[in-house]
Amino acid sequence: MLRSLSEVQAEFAAALLDPAAVVPSDVADPEGKPTPRRFAVYRNNVTVGLVNTVSGAFPAVKRIVGDDFFTAMAIAYVRAEPPNSPVLLEYGKGFADFIDGFGPAGSLPYLADIARIEWEWHEAYHAAEAMSLGPDDLAGIAEGDLPTLTFSLHPSLRVVRSAYPSLTIWRMNTSDDPVVPVDLGAGGEDALIVRPGAMVNVRQLPAGGATFIEILADGGTLSEAAERAAESDKGFDLSASIAGLIDAGAVVGYSIGH
Amino acid sequence: MPHRDVNAISFGPRSVPPRAGVGLKHEHYREIIDTLPDVGFFEVHAENYMGAGGPPHRYLTAIRESYPLSLHGVGLSIGAARPLDKEHLRRLKALNERYQPGLFSEHLAWSTHDSIFYNDLLPLPYNEDALARVADHIDEVQETVGRRMLLENPSTYIAFLESTMSEIDFLKDVARRTGCGLLLDVNNVHVSATNRRFDPFDYIDAFPVEHVGEIHLAGYEPEHDDDGSPLLIDAHNRPIDAAVWALYEHTIARTGPMPTLVEWDSNVPEWPVLFAELGRADHVLAASRQEVKHAAFAE
Repeated sequence: MLRSLSEVQAEFAAALLDPAAVVPSDVADPEGKPTPRRFAVYRNNVTVGLVNTVSGAFPAVKRIVGDDFFTAMAIAYVRAEPPNSPVLLEYGKGFADFIDGFGPAGSLPYLADIARIEWEWHEAYHAAEAMSLGPDDLAGIAEGDLPTLTFSLHPSLRVVRSAYPSLTIWRMNTSDDPVVPVDLGAGGEDALIVRPGAMVNVRQLPAGGATFIEILADGGTLSEAAERAAESDKGFDLSASIAGLIDAGAVVGYSIGH
Repeated sequence: MPHRDVNAISFGPRSVPPRAGVGLKHEHYREIIDTLPDVGFFEVHAENYMGAGGPPHRYLTAIRESYPLSLHGVGLSIGAARPLDKEHLRRLKALNERYQPGLFSEHLAWSTHDSIFYNDLLPLPYNEDALARVADHIDEVQETVGRRMLLENPSTYIAFLESTMSEIDFLKDVARRTGCGLLLDVNNVHVSATNRRFDPFDYIDAFPVEHVGEIHLAGYEPEHDDDGSPLLIDAHNRPIDAAVWALYEHTIARTGPMPTLVEWDSNVPEWPVLFAELGRADHVLAASRQEVKHAAFAE
């Protein structure tokens, strides 16, 4: 009695990502003999293919930890959280959180934040298109309308907050510049990532800038965003933050409320 | 890149000619757009263009303006026992509508089980159960996407004890039941023939060439089985082997001139190296066109 296709595939699939699993009983070489070496080709294809996908999205993490460490960490990730979609552009979203819980990387507390910058960069690269507004497009807004002004932000816009100088570390590991020691106690860095055209822009946000953008992205008014940003950081500079946002190409529309 | 709304550009259908084409790699985007080399068509993996926007769409739009396109899916899992992923079918339909490719193809393989996507073209047993499932899935693809698809013969490393028919009878029956065409991957024939120990020329001679709409060529990696016998891996990481060129010439003699894709997906070389492989395939196709002309003259 032949087994159903579903049974055949269940046994085959179960052995793909688990190197300890037994080779499926119905898999044979041309003489009908069991063939672990041949089944290993599929195991290897699956693992190497997914590790390469992760590797492609996280070049700075790979450069920081080295090829061998990265491969071991990526294999652990692939086995723990294999993809659920054939669109592999979306695979790797959980890698930063996985790194947070990956014991052997514990001596690099900033590593997960580097992965967050890389993932958001990757998402921004593939995000939807929209036309950014320039300063001239916003010049006609009356001063009295400013408090109730809300912005539509670019669909590629992302903010990554870090308690470490992660942006400095990321830049050093994505350029040809020499790698120099970084003082991890130098304070945190927040990054704005946005792709208004063909190029992904990554900028360090000024004090309170991350809160300001997050409130605006949630549909908050300019006055709400300014108030919350000033509460979060006394050094917040409203006009510099608005100018920076527009200059980055992050604003694609606005409306005046109430 | 010029500043313009790439989403607003629309294409008319453009068929793929019986010439050599090449798998489009991001490493070559810039050079292709700048130099517009003489290439019959480009083929892309559909899943690489399933982001909402970004440079891949900008480049593909620019390239599609100058070349015919073939859309090749690698993730639909047509051979899975489970139902097709409706969301993924919708994405394939949208890409077909956006880029109007001259050819659209997928694989005789499965890659998803219990919601996990394994990212490999996994093999099927050849029997009535699998045949019925594959035929139903192809019917669903062709109805949803609204066009005929080509189904590609796989590279395989193992056989299933559950198989009750040959790969060729399986492909013939699928084409007859669904009306789909076939994509004949000549490298896959050579790889599978070595691994499963059959004669690749007999396979080509028995293949239902009347359904073939495209041919694939690629390089394989030689390895060894448990007992030391050759085991070839479909790696797409090097030049096409001499044995595969010979099998290709034999194939073209049966099919006549046919759109032929050169695939090179890892250790991707500089553009001139790929372009030279392409030229070799075009040479075989040109020789075949000459023979067709002579035959017509003789009649």
